[in-house]
Amino acid sequence: MTEPLLSVRGLTVEFPTRHGILTAVEDISFDIMPGEVLGMVGESGAGKSMTGNAIIGLIEAPGRIARGEVWLNGQRIDSLPPEAMRAIRGRRIGMIFQDPLTSLNPLYRISDQLIETIRTHLPLSQDAARKRAIGLLDDVGIPDAARRIDDYPHQFSGGMRQRVVIALALCAEPDLVIADEPTTALDVSVQAQIIDVMKELCAERGAAILLVTHDMGVIAETADRVAVMYAGRLAEVGPVRDVILAARHPYTAGLMGAIPRLGENLVRLNQIPGAMPRLSAIPPGCPFNPRCPRVMDHCRSHRPALSPIEPARKVACWLYPEVTEA
Amino acid sequence: MTAPLLDVRNLSRDFDVSRPWLNRKLEGLEKVYLKAVQDVSFSVNRGETFALVGESGSGKSTIARLIVGLLTPSAGEIFFDGQSLAQGLSGAEARRLRRRFQMIFQDPLASLNPRWRVTDIIAEPLRVFEGGMPAPARRQRVGELLTLVGMAPEDGVKFPHQFSGGQRQRIAIARALAANPDFIVCDEPTSALDVSVQAQILNLMKKLQQEFGLTYVFISHNLQVVRHMANQIGVLYLGRLVEVGTPARLFEAPRHPYTRMLLDAVPDIEMTGRRRKKVEGEIPSPLSPPSGCPFHPRCPLANDRGRREMPLLLDGVACHAVEEGRTRP
Repeated sequence: MTEPLLSVRGLTVEFPTRHGILTAVEDISFDIMPGEVLGMVGESGAGKSMTGNAIIGLIEAPGRIARGEVWLNGQRIDSLPPEAMRAIRGRRIGMIFQDPLTSLNPLYRISDQLIETIRTHLPLSQDAARKRAIGLLDDVGIPDAARRIDDYPHQFSGGMRQRVVIALALCAEPDLVIADEPTTALDVSVQAQIIDVMKELCAERGAAILLVTHDMGVIAETADRVAVMYAGRLAEVGPVRDVILAARHPYTAGLMGAIPRLGENLVRLNQIPGAMPRLSAIPPGCPFNPRCPRVMDHCRSHRPALSPIEPARKVACWLYPEVTEA
Repeated sequence: MTAPLLDVRNLSRDFDVSRPWLNRKLEGLEKVYLKAVQDVSFSVNRGETFALVGESGSGKSTIARLIVGLLTPSAGEIFFDGQSLAQGLSGAEARRLRRRFQMIFQDPLASLNPRWRVTDIIAEPLRVFEGGMPAPARRQRVGELLTLVGMAPEDGVKFPHQFSGGQRQRIAIARALAANPDFIVCDEPTSALDVSVQAQILNLMKKLQQEFGLTYVFISHNLQVVRHMANQIGVLYLGRLVEVGTPARLFEAPRHPYTRMLLDAVPDIEMTGRRRKKVEGEIPSPLSPPSGCPFHPRCPLANDRGRREMPLLLDGVACHAVEEGRTRP
């Protein structure tokens, strides 16, 4: 049994406000194995980006990790001082964000940004770092990399910029890449290219990926396992094929039914009534109970814990007898 | 066969994106035009949905704005119910036609005035088109409209920011319906919404279409959504229609290489394990489109003719290779 690369245990993120404490992420636990791609899916406000940010220590004040632990390769990282955390970010955990324009500095050439990042993390000379940067741009599929490396971000198209961001995330050979909606701002044909590049390069280097997205299609193509989030909690975790083809949690099932398919022509899409609750009004019991088609009395007062129901599969739903109370 | 409700003929629109006059004189530059829409023709039957699909920069939103009159065409004509819209309408005629078409935008937060109460927002078309309507009747009509889109009449006293994205889009739909239009242009109406909410809005739009016999022009970049909504689909590439057809025909037997590439790029959620071709290249800048067929630099079937000549839309597809019966490189 190999050790997980990343282990998140009981992670809880809170935001104190004038009207009380809001819990954006509550009691989340999951593991990522070396080289594995874990998809984290959910709708806006489900807490998926917040989870990613908590892992890399980028929760903005007044938000804070209230409880829980994050372990990377056997080292606890959530309690590290900011200096030590900064050395881990970029070096051992690479990051790819949604909008490549905000992750690149518009005033610096691509070469400066790549070389600076490489030299921050690796003991290389200017020339060696530059060579490495050109090699990376080549790997992510930027044509004529040796010449284009001295261009500014605005001289690249959206897809090319996201390739540069991937190069930036991979430049110190991290063990884990956190990709937060990496293709959401891109067109579908460019999205397919970016997913391919990201998958290939991480597989070559043995880097694991935490892929945060709202797009179930991207997850289906990319991830090995998927974690479904709802209202700051994990609703279901399992191998991607099982979750997509045979969802156990009514929320996952509803979500899957709501996606229009290319292959079929339905008169009406399955819809989940209502909307995700606001953080200030998460209902007692199971957070999904007001929208759940299979709600029972028990659900309204008791919160289910994410519990194993099959090997490799966990669900937080009272429909399954194995589930325990949170 | 009845006449189509909307008939778009050879529609083109250029945008002047030149540098300022002084720069041009000093730097010896030419005027630069961006050809956003070129020679686009299609027609929409009454009660049907015509979808325009394409990637960013393909001209889909420009076409939407041309149809509702927010932009004027550089060339070509738009006929609505037999009347030409392109020749600047005026006075009573314009008023009568205008109330028959409405538009729904992508971002309901931007298209709803944040300082107005929902009642005032929905009643605005009524005030414009039915000035004589007494206030109590107007209030009642707003209540009916809110109920129609699945909200409560009491929601009318609230402001847009008090609602979720999906509810805001419902408000935008209620406003569009207020003047009893028969034609609605929907520009990416669900792109800003989560999937479960998107399903609610798409279902609502389909229900309203059946109830009121509405005709939609539906603009989206999402092929799955378009497949679900449309009776006819037009695929745009660099401002030109490359293929037009029914969803069944387009999705089961796409003919244009671009349509095929686009379909291959859609993530496979059904987990069929289907093999896909790698997507090659990117959309060129519309400022310097390639010669001949705009798709030829990325096309596996391109030949010399494609590099020189612009293919015409024949039998629903604009492609030399299809014309010549070549299906593989």
